Amino acid sequence: MSTALLLSVRNLRVTYPGDEGDLVAVRNVSFELGRERLGIVGESGSGKSTTGRAIMGLVAAPGRVEADEMRLGGTDLTSLDESGFRRLRGKRVAMILQDPKYSLDPVMSVGQQIAETHRCHFRSTANAARAAALEMLAAVHIRDPERVYALYPHQVSGGMGQRVMIAMMLIAGPDLLIADEPTSALDVTVQHQVLAIMDDLVRSRGMGLILISHNLHLVSSFCDRVLVMYAGRVVETCAAGELAKATHPYTRGLLASLPELGRRRAELPQLRRDPAWAEG
Amino acid sequence: MSAALTWRGWLLDPAPVSRRQARLGRWFRAWLAFQRNGLAMTGLCVVSALVLTALAAPLIADPRAAILQVLTERLQPPSASHWFGVDELGRDIFARIVFGARTTLIIVALVSAIVAPVGLAIGLTAGYFGNWIDAVLMRITDIFLSFPRLVLALAFAAALGPGIENAVIAIALTTWPPYARLARAEALTRRRAEFIEAAELQGASHLRIILSQIMPLCLPSVIIRLTLDMAGIILTAAGLGFLGLAAQPPAPEWGAMVSSGRQVLLGQWWVSTIPGIAIFVTSVGFNLLGDGLRDVADSRSS
Amino acid sequence: MIVLEHVTVSYGTGTGRIFAASDVSFRVEEGAAFGLVGESGSGKSTVLRAIAGLIPHAQGRVILGGREMSTRRSTAERKMAQMVFQDPYGSLHPNQTVDQTLSMPVAIHRLGYSDRRISSVLREVGLGREHRYRYPHQLSGGQRQRVAIARALVLEPRILLLDEPTSALDVSVQAEILNLLARLRQLHGLTLLMVSHDLAVIAHLCERIGVMSNGSLIELTSADALASGRVTHPYTRQLLRSNRGFDRSGAEIVDAAS
Repeated sequence: MSTALLLSVRNLRVTYPGDEGDLVAVRNVSFELGRERLGIVGESGSGKSTTGRAIMGLVAAPGRVEADEMRLGGTDLTSLDESGFRRLRGKRVAMILQDPKYSLDPVMSVGQQIAETHRCHFRSTANAARAAALEMLAAVHIRDPERVYALYPHQVSGGMGQRVMIAMMLIAGPDLLIADEPTSALDVTVQHQVLAIMDDLVRSRGMGLILISHNLHLVSSFCDRVLVMYAGRVVETCAAGELAKATHPYTRGLLASLPELGRRRAELPQLRRDPAWAEG
Repeated sequence: MSAALTWRGWLLDPAPVSRRQARLGRWFRAWLAFQRNGLAMTGLCVVSALVLTALAAPLIADPRAAILQVLTERLQPPSASHWFGVDELGRDIFARIVFGARTTLIIVALVSAIVAPVGLAIGLTAGYFGNWIDAVLMRITDIFLSFPRLVLALAFAAALGPGIENAVIAIALTTWPPYARLARAEALTRRRAEFIEAAELQGASHLRIILSQIMPLCLPSVIIRLTLDMAGIILTAAGLGFLGLAAQPPAPEWGAMVSSGRQVLLGQWWVSTIPGIAIFVTSVGFNLLGDGLRDVADSRSS
Repeated sequence: MIVLEHVTVSYGTGTGRIFAASDVSFRVEEGAAFGLVGESGSGKSTVLRAIAGLIPHAQGRVILGGREMSTRRSTAERKMAQMVFQDPYGSLHPNQTVDQTLSMPVAIHRLGYSDRRISSVLREVGLGREHRYRYPHQLSGGQRQRVAIARALVLEPRILLLDEPTSALDVSVQAEILNLLARLRQLHGLTLLMVSHDLAVIAHLCERIGVMSNGSLIELTSADALASGRVTHPYTRQLLRSNRGFDRSGAEIVDAAS
């Protein structure tokens, strides 16, 4: 076994009890992840974000998470309680969210937040934490780490904010990074920059990456493997390069309904949802 | 039984076919959410009891007993013939409490009727137009905000003479500024919303936008604030009554009743305490109602 | 149908002056579909809003249907161009039913036959009687956007302005809305002006395309030219490259300064 299995998930199920019956957000999702880039693609309501949150233990009560197996390295995630997850987060698995405006504390400078993460995990001194934070800021290719350290979240652009988030999330050296729509709020050119940085860091540290997105195109060009989710289920798994040869009608329908530069069609084929896909 | 089921079904229909059905359905859903909160329902009961008591006062107690002084009976403890006892001038306290509810309700209603429209008008105008209009209106608001309620009321009493109308004016004048601020804050938040831009684009006049688009969004917070404030208004009115500035004798008013029983508080506790309890229960009732309304409004906006 | 001459929008004065749009001029023929593409801060939405008459302090001339538009639009002038906004969740009043939302423009312009107009425009955008009295929170994103389109159409404008109408929608819903817009354009002979950051979406719907950057119109091109890569300005080239998806081998990591 050349690559150790980082994450293995078997029959993950997330249920939210409600007034009018239970809502099953994730249904029997199974996959394995080594030190590679996995993309989870789906539309809103497909359960892709909930899957990511279930791995981090962030599904809030009254939601229930059940799985036959959910293992991060040697740790069994199904048996962890909140304090167990807290030990895991940051150190073994980290998450980047969509908009740094909302994920960064507005009243602390960005550098301080990164340093705080370091102190939290390593109980370092203020100076050591600051030095580590500056090092991370340089690692995400920020030209003037000292200056940016003192800036507040509202003073940095979207792309810079995401770099700061990446720095903050990777400073404790996790094995797995889950990125939930990390570039959706960014301009296209900035998107590629941020992805390139994530790619570089993930490779050099030998990490695994799960990229959750609604953007098929982006995921297929960035990741190694792709999982397509619909109504809580995984309807298709394939290598990123083979997406065009996808077999499931949902994936094919989705690909066909995307407008393409250079291919003018009078009408875009509309996706007709087959209720059978939800049964699978 | 089946009629009730179809009413409920009609109200909760996800595809209503008329404006009335849509609007009533919305109210009904809000009511269902409100109903789930036990404390809020308690508050509603208390407030409803107050309103009913005030409206049906002559049916519950004898109006003459509230003001008729029977000096031989004075300071009798609560008994079968006088449920709440008799005060120092021989008047039946129960009748006075019941008719005092009218006074309380009148004060609360009048103050609300003045404060809400004035606060909304000033706040919405200031928040919507901004610039110098906002500055001028807010400075006026600040001036009124700086007056302490009781001092202003005393000034009014000195100038105009005591009485319920003057008490109402005094309370209203010092109560409206927070509502103007609330309305202004809401207007500022909503001003840049896309549906407001869409309304502008269609050619809606400023007045139409303020009244039909922005105001309906401010009303819930104003109403909730008002309900929570009622407790304060009642207490202020009671305070004024205590000082003899509100209802004039022999008209029953809870605050005045508390005041007049001061001398006999230790020996004949019921004269002051029972009106005090009435004030307390009513204030708490309004508070609970306001909290319940706020919970419903919060859950709907989230 | 649409003529812009030297439209400039600025905020602030002196050294703090920022130009959201500077000296933008172009023309759109009647019945044509024109796209404005650019990244955030390029000024494309500003130009759209200036055309819509939502920016009273805009400078320059906006001529719609041969009539020069005044800075404070009259009710009659407003009928010429209507807009569909980006966010289907924010462009509808949360406390008003679809029926109320559509009745307001009819009432403002005193068009009459309100009931008939509303039901016919709802049919046109693919919604039915069952949607008419619903509140926005009872509708899906795609349905809300249809209501927004209906609201724009109920005044029978000649020009439809579209501000990223599908960015907030799922991919499958995007296709439906784009098809609907194409169909409506044909049915009513509308002139479309669409703003987007997505090159593929713009090229699908529009024949002629303007590229904006930092408030200026830097290139006027066509969907065909973009498709074949025949573009002149380097920024346009960069946009085209980014549109092709992430290219690991070609990505040079750029240091960020701000």
